[in-house]
Amino acid sequence: MDVSLKKKSNKEYIAKKCRHERIIDWGFLTPCLVTLALCAAWPLLKTIYFSFTDAELDNLSDFCFIGIENFIDLARDQDWWVAVRNTFVITVVAVPLETVLGMIIALILHRNFKGRGWMRAIVLIPWTIPTIVSARMWGWMLNDVYGIVNEILIQIGLIETPIPWIASNALSILSIILVDVWKTTPYMALLLLAGLQSLPQDCFEAAEVDSIPFGRTFFKIVLPLMKPTIAVAMIFRGLETFKIFDLVYILSSGNTETATMSVFARKHLVDYADVGFGSAAATFLMFFIAFLAVFWISFNKRKLQKQG
Amino acid sequence: MIKSENKWKYKRLLKNVLFALLCIVVASGCLFPFYWAIVSSLRDGAHIFSTNLWPTEISFSNYKEVCGDTTFLYSFWNSFVVATCTAFLSLFVCLFASYPLARHNFPGRKRILMIALSVNTLPQVAVLSGMFELIRVLDIYNEKSALILAYMIITVPFTLWTLTNFMNNIPKDIEEAAIMDGASQRTILLKVFLPILSPAIVTTGLLAFIAAWNEFLFALTFTLTSQARTVPVALALFSGASQHEVPYGLIMAASVLVTLPLIVLVIIFQRRIISGLTAGAIKG
Repeated sequence: MDVSLKKKSNKEYIAKKCRHERIIDWGFLTPCLVTLALCAAWPLLKTIYFSFTDAELDNLSDFCFIGIENFIDLARDQDWWVAVRNTFVITVVAVPLETVLGMIIALILHRNFKGRGWMRAIVLIPWTIPTIVSARMWGWMLNDVYGIVNEILIQIGLIETPIPWIASNALSILSIILVDVWKTTPYMALLLLAGLQSLPQDCFEAAEVDSIPFGRTFFKIVLPLMKPTIAVAMIFRGLETFKIFDLVYILSSGNTETATMSVFARKHLVDYADVGFGSAAATFLMFFIAFLAVFWISFNKRKLQKQG
Repeated sequence: MIKSENKWKYKRLLKNVLFALLCIVVASGCLFPFYWAIVSSLRDGAHIFSTNLWPTEISFSNYKEVCGDTTFLYSFWNSFVVATCTAFLSLFVCLFASYPLARHNFPGRKRILMIALSVNTLPQVAVLSGMFELIRVLDIYNEKSALILAYMIITVPFTLWTLTNFMNNIPKDIEEAAIMDGASQRTILLKVFLPILSPAIVTTGLLAFIAAWNEFLFALTFTLTSQARTVPVALALFSGASQHEVPYGLIMAASVLVTLPLIVLVIIFQRRIISGLTAGAIKG
């Protein structure tokens, strides 16, 4: 009897201790959760709410509920579909390019050679430079009259007359892709490098001992093993590229023909003060990205389950 | 025999030369735009239109003018204050939150991490109008605190993930030893984990600092006067005395000044930054 009593109190003690621990855990979590609720959940819900109203920027407290009218207008807006197309083109072209170049850089950095530390620092520099600065730098380099890029191309003899990199719509998209690739390849390279380093290193050594050409090692061993990492990195970058704003804003200031979804949404929201319509565009973009993310995650899961 | 050995040697040499060439191409591709910005910023007046690849007729007049420009200095100061406060605040908030997330298994743990991840994929423009209203309600429009508040949505999710990942890697024995000695949760976090984690905290804070320093969309929307702007906005809206003449020399000088501190930080901390960047991403 004495023993069972002791056991019971012991259990109670442990339960009490656990409860105590839980309370402390949630206490630790509270500041973070409050921050997320205040800075993310509230503004997000409010934006979705605004997208069903005719709110204006100057007076955000006086508006009418107008149902899905904004979304209908959005679907009818020619400029919006141009923005959707541009965003797609930029993502579909830039992300694979980044992946290939990032892979090359990752393979370079994975090799053991003198000056690897320096190389790593150099590769990080485009990522460090603020996007606005890169946009300004490249805008100057791609200037159609005084730009160094045209000058170099003319001197090499590739072109005869200067190319209007920024002024023409199609080329402007190409320039945006170029600068985006330049800026984000380092990040891609680092993600892939981390993947390379987590592979079993002895298979590299074995291939080297057997003097198998590098190309074959890469395509037969490295690439198949790296597939999951590459997929994750590409999704990551793809979702980021969908939100592209800064570069486009600077390089093609205000041109509706080269705008992306984020640029379109902000223009209507702030410049035209049409909070309802702008919020509708922003909401659409958000749901689209969420849809893509969920689709990719479930697709990958199923694929992994099949393999496993 | 000797011939084949020679052949092998040549092949090896050729391979090394090709590799070095590849390195040079990659390095110059990464560095050239910044190099060209420096070269251009050192040319004044009409010299800026020179296409000589080497710096000729070096002059510091652009830098003098940028440093004498009070609105630009204001924006530099604003950026510094906003980025520092953002980094410290998000570190403070996430350090406490990452402790239970990394060390204890409780219901809702996974869900919180998933929420943080999905906030990370949120496009900034999707919170723009809601955030604008919040800032109006709090009456902090056109102030630094508005930007700090808005930047939390960018920095908190990845700070939380990275710190949780780093804290996950601390061996269980250390925690158990501390519990045996009668340490409370707070003591474990502040007296045991904090010193072990200090390199990781520096890295994460640095990443948050860089993210806040480079942010553009919120800074553009939530500031109005030139005194309140941060550096990226000031750079984007930089225009010359006349409408048609873009002062490229000044813009390049300002760009170099803005970027140099970051490059110095990155070169000093490159190893740690790389580990921080990948810790947050791959394991997720």
